[in-house]
Amino acid sequence: MDFRHSLPIAGIVLANITIAALIILDVDPIIAISVLIVWVGSLLLASGKPPEPPAIIVEQPISIDSMRKLVENSSTPMLVTERNTIAAANRNARKMLGQHIIGQDARVAFRQPEAISLFATDSNGTAIVRGLVRRQDIWRVNRQSIDDDLAVIELINQTAEADISRAHTDFVANASHELRTPLAAILGYVETLSESSENLDSPTAKKFLSTIQREAERLHSLISDLMSLSRVEAEKHDAPRDKLEFAEVVERAARDAAGSQRTDRLTLNLASGAYVHGDRGQLEQVVRNLVDNALKYGAPETNVLVTLDRARSGEARLCVEDHGEGIAPEHIPHLTRRFYRTDPGRSRASGGTGLGLAIVKHIVERHKGRLDIESKLGKGTRITVRIPIAKSDPEPANVSSRPPERVWEEEHP
Amino acid sequence: MADHTVKAFDEDITRLRGLIAEMGGLAEVAIQEALDAMVRGDEELGDQVVARDAKIDALESEVDRLAVRIIALRAPMADDLREVIAALKIGGVVERIGDYSKNIAKRVGMIEGRDRFEPLTLLPAMGEIASEMVHDVLTAYAARDPSLAREVIATDAKVDAFYNSIFRNLVSHMVENPATISSAAQLLFVARNLERIGDHATNVAEMVHFAATGTYPPEEDR
Repeated sequence: MDFRHSLPIAGIVLANITIAALIILDVDPIIAISVLIVWVGSLLLASGKPPEPPAIIVEQPISIDSMRKLVENSSTPMLVTERNTIAAANRNARKMLGQHIIGQDARVAFRQPEAISLFATDSNGTAIVRGLVRRQDIWRVNRQSIDDDLAVIELINQTAEADISRAHTDFVANASHELRTPLAAILGYVETLSESSENLDSPTAKKFLSTIQREAERLHSLISDLMSLSRVEAEKHDAPRDKLEFAEVVERAARDAAGSQRTDRLTLNLASGAYVHGDRGQLEQVVRNLVDNALKYGAPETNVLVTLDRARSGEARLCVEDHGEGIAPEHIPHLTRRFYRTDPGRSRASGGTGLGLAIVKHIVERHKGRLDIESKLGKGTRITVRIPIAKSDPEPANVSSRPPERVWEEEHP
Repeated sequence: MADHTVKAFDEDITRLRGLIAEMGGLAEVAIQEALDAMVRGDEELGDQVVARDAKIDALESEVDRLAVRIIALRAPMADDLREVIAALKIGGVVERIGDYSKNIAKRVGMIEGRDRFEPLTLLPAMGEIASEMVHDVLTAYAARDPSLAREVIATDAKVDAFYNSIFRNLVSHMVENPATISSAAQLLFVARNLERIGDHATNVAEMVHFAATGTYPPEEDR
């Protein structure tokens, strides 16, 4: 502490004036000077001590202003109510409920009966409120009293959680529906065949049998898709360890998907030498599903281009491009949902299960890759899968992977 | 709204608006639950809706008392007077909306052969639009937002169109299936009630516009 600031100047001046007065009044100068010394000395001594702390610290009442500052930037919408009138609302709450709510009765902002009964009691508690802003919203309203008048209200959005649980129920419902459809056809035709076999001529019977076979095959592919989907989901968190040459996997799976009839529509442009950590079966399935989709939904007699190259970010980039009618932009975000179909009739007619892209998405996620879907109506669709390239590891296998690396560089300078 | 010198007046107005909002919230839930009960055939839920209507009635008389008290004691002027008058009228209309919902809920038990009765599937979409109108008009009231009120008024045309198509649909259904006439006639009343709810929401919207601006919305909107 700076000494001069604590110097009791007023006291010293007063002492000097008093002594001057004493001298003028003819008091003995020695007594006067000694009084001055004692006086000033005691003043200086007292000034060196720290000031005494105030005896009682009065607790400041919580001001609404300070609370407003506290909650203003919180990402949770929060409000402060004073005797059930909204005294303050942070930015997110104002955005959600409107600028007008401040100064209004809490019931104006929360008119749902569940919320009103929460506010009617003065106790702390929570209420689940539906349709707070939009019809399908579900919010948890949490009320905590601070003192007799003030309370903090916190809003937590639970719409997403409800969506997830709905998605699960939807999945079970969809899956059973999808499984029942082919089964119903099979049962119907088998019944007809067994009850009136003598009245059926052989071409009709043959037609029935081929329908039964087609539906049974669809059932089979549905079940195997469902099984691979659940397998991929189960393994979602353990990363695949095998090191694979991606171009080889892609080529084999693409030719496999095209089969002998459609193989001339396939144009492969694969740069070799990209090694990725992956599960061979699953990566093949990704390629098979993508190529099969492209051949199926691309216009007949048009080529499907499969390219494999290296993206700038150290990823292997696989593009599957078709020339078809494309996908409307509003469908694109939903394409990887299970059983989502842009055109249910056509997709079923061509034997789709509605699970292909969902499986692709899950496999790509397991490989820490990315899936992008671009589409132009009338032009075609391009699906891009990026998978990180395996880092060179200390295994001796590394040496053998060097030369192809160079090949890669030469092909794509 | 600017603060008034008499603090008690602000408190009264705030309380009045709170009461209207509470009524509106109850009415909104009543519409949705009445239709839910109707579609699922849940008579218990229907009874709950009927029972809860008493709460709306009680709130309405509270609004009446408070509005009259404000007028008598404070003699409000200009926008304050409009606010009180609007609240008085809106209270009455919202109470009617609650009654229509109660009426729908009362008919839950009168529908026979629910499983094979397709006209039932037409009603929820119409009810959704009607209850959305009520929701929006209450938001407009809370925000004193005349433009949202005009949007609500424009939506009423949709409800009317729905009503006409449901009416035709039900009549042709009655012609084809004379056995279901009594159930179908009940649904006609339900559709009629929803159409009335839409009209009442429009009335509230007009009053919201009036309270906020001092004029009724232009005729082309109505």
